[in-house]
Amino acid sequence: MTAQVVTISSGKGGVGKTTAVANIAFALAASGSKVVCIDGDIGLRNLDVVMGLENRIVYDIVDVIEGRCKLRQAMIRDKHLPELYLIPAAQTRDKNAVSPSDMKRVCDEIRPEADFVLIDSPAGIERGFRNAIAPADRVLVITNPEVSAVRDADRVIGILEAEEKHSPALIINRLNPDLVKQHDMLSAEDVLDLLGIKLIGIVPEDESVIVGSNRGVPVSQDPKSRAGQAFRNIAHRLKGEEVPFLDLDKQAGLWDRIQKMAGRR
Amino acid sequence: MWWFKSKRSAASAKERLQLVLIHDRTDLTPAELNELKDELIQVISRHVEIDPDAVQIDLQHDGRTQRLVADIPLRSVTRRRAG
Ligand SMILES: Nc1ncnc2c1ncn2[C@@H]1O[C@H](COP(=O)(O)OP(=O)(O)O)[C@@H](O)[C@H]1O
Ligand SMILES: [Mg+2]
Repeated sequence: MTAQVVTISSGKGGVGKTTAVANIAFALAASGSKVVCIDGDIGLRNLDVVMGLENRIVYDIVDVIEGRCKLRQAMIRDKHLPELYLIPAAQTRDKNAVSPSDMKRVCDEIRPEADFVLIDSPAGIERGFRNAIAPADRVLVITNPEVSAVRDADRVIGILEAEEKHSPALIINRLNPDLVKQHDMLSAEDVLDLLGIKLIGIVPEDESVIVGSNRGVPVSQDPKSRAGQAFRNIAHRLKGEEVPFLDLDKQAGLWDRIQKMAGRR
Repeated sequence: MWWFKSKRSAASAKERLQLVLIHDRTDLTPAELNELKDELIQVISRHVEIDPDAVQIDLQHDGRTQRLVADIPLRSVTRRRAG
């Protein structure tokens, strides 16, 4: 076993990084992969509550790095999925407590024992972001179909190119098909055209996402949720399976074009 | 106010983003682009006769690659000799 390390970044805050990490992790674990999530948002710990694991935290990533505990002791096991783990962020420290080489070391230690390591990146393009991308084999850039989120995603993609990271893939989150239809929201096609990278998922705006994080059970566990389905599809694509993109707005022709664009590099 | 009611704002979002992304990626402001154009005209004019007003310089993008595209019409040599 040698884990693929996948980091989710965005530049802008609040676009859905933490939501995506939790949902994709649950979907991967539910389909039989061993997954370790790392909350890279030091000082603004959040992945624990979204995953419903906040009451079980004893040690965090900084404890591992500074040698106060073994890696195993900081890996919190999920209540239902035995192959899903979380390494929480430190809450009372800042980003400078961790360096890019610390992150690489921790991931190298996990690699032989898992299928996936998913890293939740903080907002911004400074130290915390650098820490989160340092060990990544793949980066998923997440954005919303909205001007400032797309612009920040482009900055992040530019930095990843400069770092010569393997070409990132795009998640478009919170797409509202009705607004797209009335031409008041950038379509998935527009966003792909602007950013010029390949697509790995389109997630619709969906109230059930909020219900899921209220409960600490990500919606990818709900077979009826549209957003949940979209996150499950991303999990399958990460495993290398070919899954067609959801037909969110049922506009004939458009989705064929998107399927094609998604295939390009 | 009319602009809050006007629909089809997605097109203007895309258009504005297209411009802003090109400048973000190249670190070249519209003012710097103009300066570049003036210098280019000077250099080229030393060798051939051109009409400065007809020169067009644009930044275009194809996927994630930026391209500086210059269209510089040359003045006809025969006319210059005649004159
Ligand atoms: N597809 C979606 N539909 C509806 N709400 C969403 C969706 N994705 C994320 N959200 C909500 O957006 C907010 C910000 O998401 P979060 O994952 O915390 O962003 P980030 O980690 O990028 O700051 C949360 O309240 C989350 O529930
Ligand atoms: Mg977050």
